[in-house]
Order: sequence, then structure tokens, then C-alpha cells
Amino acid sequence: MNNIILIPMILPILAGVLLIFLRTYGRLQAWTSIAVMAVVAAAAVYLLNAIQTDGILRIDFGGWTPPFGISFVADSFAVLLVLTSSVVTVICLLHALVSTDKELVTMYFYPTVLFLIAGINGSFLSGDIFNLFVCFEVMLLSSYILLTLGGSKRQLREAIKYVSINIVSSWFFLIAIAYLYGAVGTLNFAHLSVRVAENGQEPLLTTISIVFLIVFSLKAGLLLYFWLPGSYSSPPVVTSALFGALLTKVGIYAMFRMFTLVFYHEPETTHNIIAVMAVLTLIGGSIGAIAHNDIRQIAAYNVVIAVGFILTGLAIATPDAIEGAIFYLLHDMVVKALLFLLIGTIILLTGTAQIGKMSGIIQNYPILGWSFFIAMLSLAGIPPLSGFVGKVLLSQGAIDSGSYILLAIALGSSLFVLYSLLKIFKNCFWGETIVSKDDQVPLRRGFLVPCLLLVALTIGIGLGAEGLSDYVSDAADTLLNPQVYIDAVLTEDFQ
Amino acid sequence: MGINDVILKTVAKAVVLIIFTFGIYLFLSGHNSPGGGFVGGLVLASAFVLMFLSYDTETVKDAIPIDFKKLSAFGVLLAVLSGLGPLLFGQNFLEQSFDYFNLPIFGKTEIATVLIFEAGIALTVVGVVVNIILSISEDE
Repeated sequence: MNNIILIPMILPILAGVLLIFLRTYGRLQAWTSIAVMAVVAAAAVYLLNAIQTDGILRIDFGGWTPPFGISFVADSFAVLLVLTSSVVTVICLLHALVSTDKELVTMYFYPTVLFLIAGINGSFLSGDIFNLFVCFEVMLLSSYILLTLGGSKRQLREAIKYVSINIVSSWFFLIAIAYLYGAVGTLNFAHLSVRVAENGQEPLLTTISIVFLIVFSLKAGLLLYFWLPGSYSSPPVVTSALFGALLTKVGIYAMFRMFTLVFYHEPETTHNIIAVMAVLTLIGGSIGAIAHNDIRQIAAYNVVIAVGFILTGLAIATPDAIEGAIFYLLHDMVVKALLFLLIGTIILLTGTAQIGKMSGIIQNYPILGWSFFIAMLSLAGIPPLSGFVGKVLLSQGAIDSGSYILLAIALGSSLFVLYSLLKIFKNCFWGETIVSKDDQVPLRRGFLVPCLLLVALTIGIGLGAEGLSDYVSDAADTLLNPQVYIDAVLTEDFQ
Repeated sequence: MGINDVILKTVAKAVVLIIFTFGIYLFLSGHNSPGGGFVGGLVLASAFVLMFLSYDTETVKDAIPIDFKKLSAFGVLLAVLSGLGPLLFGQNFLEQSFDYFNLPIFGKTEIATVLIFEAGIALTVVGVVVNIILSISEDE
């Protein structure tokens, strides 16, 4: 009876539905959403601690035990992601309080955000692959709405690409699930793991796993990221912050789950493909990040680089590397939200996104400037900040397993991240100011507070890494020992 | 109004009734035999669509003053709440129960809590389908 596992998905849905009836009350909607997400975050903290003492938790819907029914399974990895995404959402919603148009609010902005989060949290927690597909769809449908809400020409143009690419990949997803069910006769993750281990991962199963890899790569932006920069840079500030921080992470999560729990028997094939894809993503993302002059595009390419970086961890798959990847995943959610919020705020203040048209903003808005500076250092992985821990652990793993090429390219990409953001910092924040103190648009406190909270969070994760490391190493343990997960989900008869 | 649509309107009046009856039958035949909330909801929605097609949207909206957006939201709410109900009795989410009752006309009848869940789904489907049709028809 662990009904509390439901909260991260059911509460946002319930609140979202209720808010549809309160369409015209903008402030009320905003504060309700914030409160609901805060409760979800609190529930995630409780769950995380419960998992440390009682092991992996599970809830069977309608009392049907796995592998027959559908269930939610909460292990440290999933709940850490639920926690981070909920906290990031709370902060993004605080920004939405001041930055979202009245018009957007009355067109179901808040309910859609809540449905998006329900889909994301549901994907993290679901214990079978079909349920994962359904939660993916909940998330994607909400993201289609959020992407087109506002209806500017640029948004609609990007939305057509985004929607068509995602419909195609969802179709692939469904087909891959059908193949998998045809091959092993089950869809429950734990049961899949048992069956695949029993039969051995034959070439047929490896092929199916590669279809899954393609699907999740499309969603996560691993190598197949061509749709990403356009669609993540076009919507309003808060939407693009939520997209940049959370959406690709669900694809990454699904890849970690599949290739550590189910298809881990043929790393020479699958993990090497992931390694190659990660390297190409890092290179392509780096080129994109330094090539563009539109600050939104630069931020979007930084998302791509991070995806490549995290997946090198999965490709190496030593305990250190996986721990590093999880740390980096958590860090990236926080700091990408920060980056997109800052960039959005800069655009709101200056009215342009082109690097060449801005100069000297730091003299008008010092706090904004220094927040950006910290975000930049954190993304590059400078020590006291959150990016450092993940990078060190991942590098350690890479050295232990002798993957020096991966290591060199992963760390090389950090330089490109630093360069691309320094370019923004140097051109936009330094130099002669273009607006005099009297003419400047006043920066409302509502814009700054969310950014400062995220800055505090990235410093906090960096300094408090010791406290987090227990949870992260438990998460990595579970990922590397599928038997722990299987024992928690299946009874003896099915193992 | 160039087209003489007396026949369409007259037939629609009768057919809508038949479709409604069939939809409700499908909905009630429910979870153990072919039918259920989704299919029943689709059939019910088709009755609404027929009404919107044979009469103009204004007339139907006056006759049936329902906001279909809110109807679908209410459907989801009903379905989720029916799933949460068992939590009050210390059971798992979505746990279902059923019992047999002696009803006046029907005799011994099985009534299950899944009916509430299915009703939620039916309302959602009706709301969403009609909403889609109305949005398309509003397009200039």
C-alpha cells in the first residue's frame, strides 16, 4: 500500500483538471500550480528517504500484481529525477507568474504545464514499457500545446517539424514495443529483464533494442537532434526553460532504464553504438553552439551537448561513470532551466536575441549579469558548482575503463560550452552600455528571484554533493544490479 | 439557405434518438463484453455531430447549453476521482469492486464501481470529439 508513489503523477493531473474550470483566474491558477508542485517535491523527498530504508517501492494499480497488471516502481534514480523536475517546475512557475501574458494564462497555460509534469513524472515512475509509452504521449501532447500556445509565426513553423518528428518516433516506439512483446511475451521491465537474461540477448533482441535506441535518441536529441534547436528556442521563456530542462531528460532516462535493466548483455554492440552517437552529438552540438549568433540557439545547442555528455556515462557503464552521469543529469536540469530563464529575461529586457545588437547589459542589470556568469561556470564544470562533481566522476569512470577518446571529447566539449557562453557574456554583458540608466526597462523582482533560486540550487548541489552522493550511489547501484530491481518487483514464481 | 434539407432534418431527429440509445447500450454493456466507455462515448459523440451537421451550430448550442471543453475536463475528473476512491478504504489506486443488486425491472444486476470510471471516459470522449468538430467548423 504505497499510494504515495502516485502523488507525482495524480496530483498534477487532478489540479490541472480543476484549473480548467478556473480558466479566468490567472493568479489563482499560478499559485495553485506552484503549491501543487511544491507538494509533489515534498512527496518525492519523503519517497527518496523511504527508499533508502525500505528498498525500492512499488504500487500495483487495481491490486493486479506484476507482471500482469501495470505498476509504478519508485527507485532512487526515478525519484531523484522526479524531485529535481518538480523543484525546477516550481521555480519556472514562479517566473511564469510575472513573465506570462494574460492571454496565454486564459488559454490553459497552467493546466497544460501540470499535464506536462504529470507525463514526465509518470514516465520516470512507470514500471512497464507500455505505460512508459502512454506517459510519453501525455508529455508530448502537452508539449505540442505549449509549443504552439502564443501562436507566433516562428512558433507554428517549428511546431510543425516538432509534431511530425514526434509522431513518427512515437509510431516507431509502438512498433518496437510490439516487436518486443512478440519476441519475449511481456512488457513489464523486471519481467523483460528476466526473460531476456534467460533466453540470452540474441541478434533479434539486439536489433529490437536498437529500434528502441533510435526512438529514445529522437526524443532525447542524441545524434538525431536536428529538430531540437529550432523548437526549443521559439516558445515563450518559461516554456522553453521547461523544455530545455526536462523534456530531453525523459528520453535519457528511458535509455538508461532500457540499457541497464533489460538490454545489458551485448555492450559490444549497443553500448558502442551509444558511444559513437554520443561522440557525434558532442561534436555536432559544439559546432552548433559556437556557430550561432542568436542567444536562444546557443542555449539550445548547449542542451544537445549535455545530452551527449550524459550518455557517454551510459556508454562507459562503470559505477563511477553512471554515478557521474546521474549527478550531471540532476545538475543539468537545474542549470539548463537557469540558462533558459536568464536568456529569456535578457530578450524580454533588450527586445533582441542577436549577440551583435546588445552590449554592456551588466551595467544596467548587475545581478542578472553575475547570475549568468555563475550559470556559465556551472555549465563548464568549475569546482564549487554543481557541474563539477558529475564531470569528475564521469572522467574517473572513463579513465578506469580506458575510454580515453570518449574522455577527451567529453571534456573538450566543456571548452566549447565555455566558449559559446563566454561569447554571450563578453558581447552582451561587457562593453559600452547601449541604454542609459534613465531609459532602461526596470527589471522586476519577479524575474530575478527564480533565477537567484536556481543559482542557489546549483551552488547548493555543488557544495552539498556529499549529502546527495548516498542517494546517487544507491541509484547507480540499482541501475548496475538489475537483480535488485527484479527482486523488488517480481515474486519468486516469475524470476 | 439555398439547400432544402427538410429530409435531412426529419431523418436526423429520429436517427439521433437511435444513436443515443445504441450509445448508452454500448456504454452499459461495459467492461465484460464488447463495448465500454470509449466506444459508447464515440457513438454518443457521433449523435451530437449529426445534430451539428443537420442543424446549424447556433441552434444546437441554444438547445444544449453545455461547454464541451468543461465536459471533457469533468470526465477526466470523474475518472481520476473514481480511481482515488479506493484509497479511502486503504486499497490500491484503481482497485475495483462489484456487487449484485435486485433492481425493480432488470432483476438481478451486476453493478460495478468501474461504471463510474467508464462514465468519466465516455464524457471525456464526447467532450473531446465534439470540441474537435466545433473547432474545425469555426474555422473560416
